[in-house]
Amino acid sequence: MTEPVAGPLKRTPLHALHKELGARLVPFASYEMPVQYPTGILAEHAQTRTAAGLFDVSHMGQVRLTAKRGHNAAKALETLVPGDIAGLQAGQQRYTQFTNDDGGILDDLMVTSTGDHLLLVINAACKDADLAHIQKHLSATCEIEPMFARGLLALQGPQAAPALARLAPSVANMKFMTGAFVVIDGARCYVTRSGYTGGDGYEISTPADATDPIARKLLAQPEVKPIGLGARDSLRLEAGLCLYGHDIDTTTTPIEAVLLWSIGKDRRAQGGFPGAAVIQGQIASGAPRKRVGILPEGNAIARDGAEIVIAGKVVGKITSGGFSPTLGRAIAMGYVERAQSANGAKVDLIVRGKPVPAEIVPMPFVKHAYYRG
Amino acid sequence: MADVKYSNEHEWIRVEGDIGTVGISQYAQEQLGDVVFVDVPAAGRKVAKGESVAVVESVKAASDIFSPASGEVVEANAALAETPGDVNTEPMGKGWFFRLRLANKADLDGLMDQAAYDAFVKSLG
Repeated sequence: MTEPVAGPLKRTPLHALHKELGARLVPFASYEMPVQYPTGILAEHAQTRTAAGLFDVSHMGQVRLTAKRGHNAAKALETLVPGDIAGLQAGQQRYTQFTNDDGGILDDLMVTSTGDHLLLVINAACKDADLAHIQKHLSATCEIEPMFARGLLALQGPQAAPALARLAPSVANMKFMTGAFVVIDGARCYVTRSGYTGGDGYEISTPADATDPIARKLLAQPEVKPIGLGARDSLRLEAGLCLYGHDIDTTTTPIEAVLLWSIGKDRRAQGGFPGAAVIQGQIASGAPRKRVGILPEGNAIARDGAEIVIAGKVVGKITSGGFSPTLGRAIAMGYVERAQSANGAKVDLIVRGKPVPAEIVPMPFVKHAYYRG
Repeated sequence: MADVKYSNEHEWIRVEGDIGTVGISQYAQEQLGDVVFVDVPAAGRKVAKGESVAVVESVKAASDIFSPASGEVVEANAALAETPGDVNTEPMGKGWFFRLRLANKADLDGLMDQAAYDAFVKSLG
């Protein structure tokens, strides 16, 4: 999602720290972001899989929704997303999507209930459009507070828990997809046990001016090293997680993207979100195409846009592809016609004009390691 | 000491007799990041100066490699299939891509020598 932008790039509260650490900074979603540090993407990837990595994801959008008198923020948000938000207990977190009237995905997001509020984390490239969308539809029912100046740190990996618990002991027992207010280095933060790597870890929402000192405290822990967006992408691809703008967008539905698990049972039956008719129809009779995992033979990497072919006929397209450092081989995901989407199906990927034999496989490529207590 | 010249696409060619060895520069490997796959041209292939003849896959992206001279490929670096990271660790040594029997030594005239290339890289900031 690197795109050309007009005007100066925005900076996160960690910009100076990234420079100090020798990061290679690139434009990403209108921000100047670290794609890698001097050790490189492979080392950063391994660090996150074996110890702990600290990611600056402050470019993502954070929005707080609070019900206006006589209204219910969860019920209000459910008019825009298919996830079960009303069913969230205080301290629970859920993954869902903003859908459009065609059942396409405007963005994907995390929603956490604090009991008094809903905290939303939305994608950087979508955050202005998302905010306008929320304001258009929820202004009558909710106070909407964009908190785009806050910091957001992701601490990920099997040693994330002992590292963060040294600064904030209460996080040790948090379970996957829960959140809590936690004081770190004297600042009131909101911590969720979640992430985008498929591994254990936390996301830490910080007051803007506390972001840099907290990041430095975390980097001072022996388990922790800084990780850039390059490894963030290879980690999430191994975990089979969608990247908005590649694997999901306004032309893909949550059913095509195999995100049915994120739609509440009652909501499947009752609808009441944009595109419900399309999505319910696909739940009942199947989507025309499906997101699948793909293992290419050999070492050639099929990237976003490569055609997927069976017997010379195009049956789909790669939406993310890259090298899996954990597996030491190329991996990919993409969409294929439903009739061709069975695991084990043999396909060809067209890489630089040449067919590369490949097989449709289940995801994730690397087993998830979430902490469920 | 063989003569090394550079293209403005950051390939180098080291010429000994009528054989040129081709690879990418230190600057190029730094820009690419960790190399995970190199698609090198097969021996016997005839290539033209400026033709896309190899592909380097880094973790981030695929990049075309252009032949700095015309000729016939006489050897590809088979070891890169097993150890593509050689391109990062020794871009001017073990990380070479292929050797070429030069068709026309005049192809080298438009290339930069070490001093000119160093200045060129410096100008890129």
